Amino acid sequence: MSILIHKDTTVIIQGITGREAVNMTREGLSYGTKIVGGVTPGRAGRDVYGVPVHDCVRDITKRMRVDGSIVTVPAAFTRDAVFEAIENGIKLVVVVTERIPRGEVAQMVELAKLRGARIIGPNCLGILSPDEAKMGGLGGRAEDAKKAFRKGPIGVMSRSGGMTTEICNTLTAAGLGQSTAVSIGGDAIIGSTYAELMPLFEADPETKAIAIYSEPGGRMEAELAEWVKENRSRLPIVAFMAGRFMDEMPGMRFGHAGTIVEGKADTTADKIERMRAAGIAVAERIEEIPALLEAQMRKRGIH
Amino acid sequence: MRFYEYESKALFARHGLPLGKRALARTADDARRAAAEIGGPVVLKSQVLSGGRMKAGAVKFADDPAQAAAHFDAILPIVVNGQKSCGVLVEEKSPIAQEYYVGVTWDGRRKLPVVIFSDMGGIDIEEVAEKHPDHVSKTHVSTLLPFTPRVAKEAIAATGVTGNDLTRLTPIVAKLVEIFFQYDLTLAEINPLAKLADGRFIVLDGHVDLEGDAREKHKKLLDELGIKPEETRQARPPTDFEIRGAQVDASDHRGVAGNVVEFDGNLGLVIGAGGGSLTLFDAVRKHGGRPANYCEIGGNPSVKKACALTKLVLSKPGVEKIAVMMNVVSNTRVDIVARGVVKGCVESGRDPAKTIAIFRIPGSWEADGFKILEKYGVEFCDRSVSMYEAAGRAVAKMGK
Amino acid sequence: MAGMFIDVKVDPKVAGDAALAKKLVEVCPVNIFAIDGTKLRIVEENLDECVLCDLCVQAAPPGTVQVIKLYES
Repeated sequence: MSILIHKDTTVIIQGITGREAVNMTREGLSYGTKIVGGVTPGRAGRDVYGVPVHDCVRDITKRMRVDGSIVTVPAAFTRDAVFEAIENGIKLVVVVTERIPRGEVAQMVELAKLRGARIIGPNCLGILSPDEAKMGGLGGRAEDAKKAFRKGPIGVMSRSGGMTTEICNTLTAAGLGQSTAVSIGGDAIIGSTYAELMPLFEADPETKAIAIYSEPGGRMEAELAEWVKENRSRLPIVAFMAGRFMDEMPGMRFGHAGTIVEGKADTTADKIERMRAAGIAVAERIEEIPALLEAQMRKRGIH
Repeated sequence: MRFYEYESKALFARHGLPLGKRALARTADDARRAAAEIGGPVVLKSQVLSGGRMKAGAVKFADDPAQAAAHFDAILPIVVNGQKSCGVLVEEKSPIAQEYYVGVTWDGRRKLPVVIFSDMGGIDIEEVAEKHPDHVSKTHVSTLLPFTPRVAKEAIAATGVTGNDLTRLTPIVAKLVEIFFQYDLTLAEINPLAKLADGRFIVLDGHVDLEGDAREKHKKLLDELGIKPEETRQARPPTDFEIRGAQVDASDHRGVAGNVVEFDGNLGLVIGAGGGSLTLFDAVRKHGGRPANYCEIGGNPSVKKACALTKLVLSKPGVEKIAVMMNVVSNTRVDIVARGVVKGCVESGRDPAKTIAIFRIPGSWEADGFKILEKYGVEFCDRSVSMYEAAGRAVAKMGK
Repeated sequence: MAGMFIDVKVDPKVAGDAALAKKLVEVCPVNIFAIDGTKLRIVEENLDECVLCDLCVQAAPPGTVQVIKLYES
């Protein structure tokens, strides 16, 4: 099993005629994703690699079931596109676009909550369930994605798109496949945090353990630590913490928009302490993750 | 992006928030003139992008214009938490009865703006929240519903404030929330918001932070306030090297080769992307390496851009070698980056084989990339070598 | 300044064909082709930007446009 997406998930792409979106369409189709339509206003009647283009999301949803949408339109139009997806009943929206002011992100998230929809991103590479489907640019071309990702028991969540692939590649090389990998986005406010995705992995019988990539800035790691403690999670977690040098450089922004040390709670030292206190193992190098996962799984008698 | 106090107050004034008479002084003469025009006792406050001015001695009171001029000369050179002063705000001194705190910021967990109000202003709000939690209220604001003042009223009343104080404070707090929304701020803060002896309220000190990604959207405001596009307003001002790095990134719209930050080491870094750069910078330091710079390449930059970044890093005095490293890439192409860095070495009059300590970028188009590196004799590695190990190989080549 | 990594060779017959020349200019995503009057010109400073998409090769009659990887010779 996987979370969020699988073989039969039907997906549309909003902004499908854009340069990056065209790539994403080709990559997604060759990975086996059911991309059933695309939207670019004023371009109805065209097609992208055989996927029909429409003017409105409604033109597709009125004729068939659409499970998810990938939004890859310029930042100034993203809020409108996400509203359109949600108001037409789509329950999973992956927002690839970066540099959206957080006031607009908050509006998307608030509407999604009202309508029972879920947002992944913004500023993310999307979701990949090995051998099932992928939404977004994660993993790149199908032949590249197949090198780095393999089906298996590890759920992966990462604030960095590139590091999602790096971690999965390391897991795959060590013989640990993935149930689903989620690039959750690098902004200060995102649709789905680690703690908000944990219940999905928790409910997935195939997922046996979790690997995450984390960074300075924000309260997402503290929130995960609290969730693990409060819910007595069955899943062992290993976290890799990047950007340790930033603890010495408050007020400087490195990496993603959400990556800045403004107070003590933003530092890697504080996050590591909170996670360790909740029983989350913290790796110093990516290549330590597989052995730490296996040790944790052994300790809990998980096979 | 943080605003100076005088810029924040200029923004507040446009929206009718109550402020004292004030003027920005760039010279001692300015300060003398401002004090004379205001008349009576004044306060002089150094304009720096940091808190802690009072502790550093960068705030002084003056009874007359001559004293104001003397204080100007005394406080202008004071560096506060690494930040230099850009001038001194001269403001009328007000008789204060009580100090309040009001701030609007984002709550990343609830994903909503939050209004923080306290009837114990003038000191660090986090300290108040810890020691006197019943004197601090936190009230969330919907981003979808139209904003109305009841949120402000509830925030104030939650701390026990009532009567005329409540009705006079409500429009001030409501206005601050409106400003927060209108300009895509990440923080709008008044501390202290003072009640004067006559019962009126006045903004004594305050500052705002504008979201970096909203700078373009609010270009008109920034122009009017005299904030230039090249002002990064980070924890320290940008160096020449960093400004040239930003120019490399702006020179070509294809991909990113940016966020260049200068360090004082001898190993130049051409690394990416966002998360990969953080991981690699840590790895270089863990191996005892001394980075000359931080940077982020990504989004499939052009050969020209990768080349220009390489030349920039190599132009920095003391840079002996560069390490070219990224996580497994899917969008950025290995062959394009390889072309760029090899070309950058050659155009800098350096031998790529001796200059590139290690090339570790596996992934998209790696077969072509590795052929290029082979031809120029550059040491490279594929995905079987970890980022940490690659960083170690680069550091080992630097000697002691 | 010729390319360090990529060279593009166009058959003189194709270079003189105004319609084909226009097509080559249109398909190349990195502007390696330009037209001077009616004659096709290779923009040498853009050669190294070639992304190996093959669109120019497909746009012209077989064998008339060649993209050469100089790092393979």
